[in-house]
Amino acid sequence: MKSFHKSPWLIHYDASSCNGCDIEVLACTMPRYDVERFGIINTGNPMHADIFCVTGGVNTQNAPIVKQIYDQIPEPKVVLAVGTCACTGGIFKECYNILGGVDQVIPVDVYVPGCAARPESIIDGVVKALALYQEKHDKMVQEGRGLPEDPSLDEDNDVDENASNDDNSSDENASDEENAS
Amino acid sequence: MINTVNILRLIAVIVFIVCAPFIGGILDGFDRKISARMQRRIGPKVTQPFYDVLKLFNKEFVSVNKSQLFLLLSYLFFVIFAGALFFGGYDLLMVFLCTSTASIFLILAASSTHTAYTGVGTLRELVQMMCCEPMELLVAIGFYLSTSANKDFVTPTFKVIDLVRSDMPAIIYLPGFFIGFIFILTIKFRKSPFDISTSHHAHQEVVKGVTAEFSGAAYGIVEVAEWYEQVMLLGVVGLFFITSNPLSYIVAALAIILVYFLEIIIDNTSARVKWDLMFKLSWGIIFICGGTNLLVLEIIRNINI
Ligand code: SF4
Repeated sequence: MKSFHKSPWLIHYDASSCNGCDIEVLACTMPRYDVERFGIINTGNPMHADIFCVTGGVNTQNAPIVKQIYDQIPEPKVVLAVGTCACTGGIFKECYNILGGVDQVIPVDVYVPGCAARPESIIDGVVKALALYQEKHDKMVQEGRGLPEDPSLDEDNDVDENASNDDNSSDENASDEENAS
Repeated sequence: MINTVNILRLIAVIVFIVCAPFIGGILDGFDRKISARMQRRIGPKVTQPFYDVLKLFNKEFVSVNKSQLFLLLSYLFFVIFAGALFFGGYDLLMVFLCTSTASIFLILAASSTHTAYTGVGTLRELVQMMCCEPMELLVAIGFYLSTSANKDFVTPTFKVIDLVRSDMPAIIYLPGFFIGFIFILTIKFRKSPFDISTSHHAHQEVVKGVTAEFSGAAYGIVEVAEWYEQVMLLGVVGLFFITSNPLSYIVAALAIILVYFLEIIIDNTSARVKWDLMFKLSWGIIFICGGTNLLVLEIIRNINI
């Protein structure tokens, strides 16, 4: 189905962000940027979400939570790491409790760099995520996969799939960012 | 017995079952668009709710309890059944009892997962039912009494098919009931300030409360059922204005649009209240508007007799 990407619902989780990126994510939903015109809704519920948007690096305390939210989102889903902290750990990287970027815990599909990431680049990231989302959905339909039977198998799939996507999207985004600035 | 009236009733039921989701979806779309314009945003396309539901039906269904889907389908069935009874011209009391049964199935489906947020959500949904139910029953009784106060009717009736044949619009007899019904519509449509059990748009209440554990198709079913219910309830709003005169249908349509717009305005201008205030307000309105109206109707009836 072609229209599948027209209704992305997003769940936003603040891992250990300084709140800079969170404010920018919220700014996207405000009248100036109004992401709802693309059908994007900020839902607070992982069970309804399609896009997992994480800000800030992952620390030892919230790593299981990030993992759990990820698991609760029904397939197909994409993960968006917003901000330098979420991409690599950023300025908190060397802290004793920080594990690093979000990709240390769950497979990340799109990286949005910037400290703080600008609303424009967040929206750009979401749009990139949508293309991936459609791809994943089509793949799911092709494989005739409704409920994943074997969870371990499913996880393997995700990791493989994302490893290749990761590189592409981060490169693309990085170059986009450079162009913009 | 097959005659023209029965065929017309059958057609009305079929039209309801086929068209109600589209009407409900478009209304929802306009609701989101108008809300966005009120907040100085551009807002999504009017067809956005359909994209949402199509997407939901294509997502993975995850649930800790398989019976959830069955319970939700029962919810959908009873909502459609209630609407079909209404548009088929059957007993108004039966229609409202069916919607209550439907709500019970929604509550069962939500509580079948035993999680904290749905727990809070279902409790609040029960409070919402407690606030709406008396008014719904009163509206049915009000229509009944209006027919007995009206000299056109030989015997008083609950049947929608007879109610629409009256010479006088029911609103003349039931202004208090109408106000009370509009009030509970805000609760029924899950609009702010009474969206305490779950809410639409991007408002989040207890992580979507009663619908928190519905993923994919399950949530899609809830959305579609709500569209059906919305159309049915707006039909009841229309019933206050419909008479044997065909022109009254235009008046009813205008009234429905106005009421819906009013609900959007209320949604966008008020903050969510706590459950106890909602309870006091709704029962207050029921007693003041519904009660007074009931008293006056009784007096008129006695004079007529
Ligand atoms: S990237 Fe910058 S603004 Fe964003 S969470 Fe990290 S430190 Fe804060």
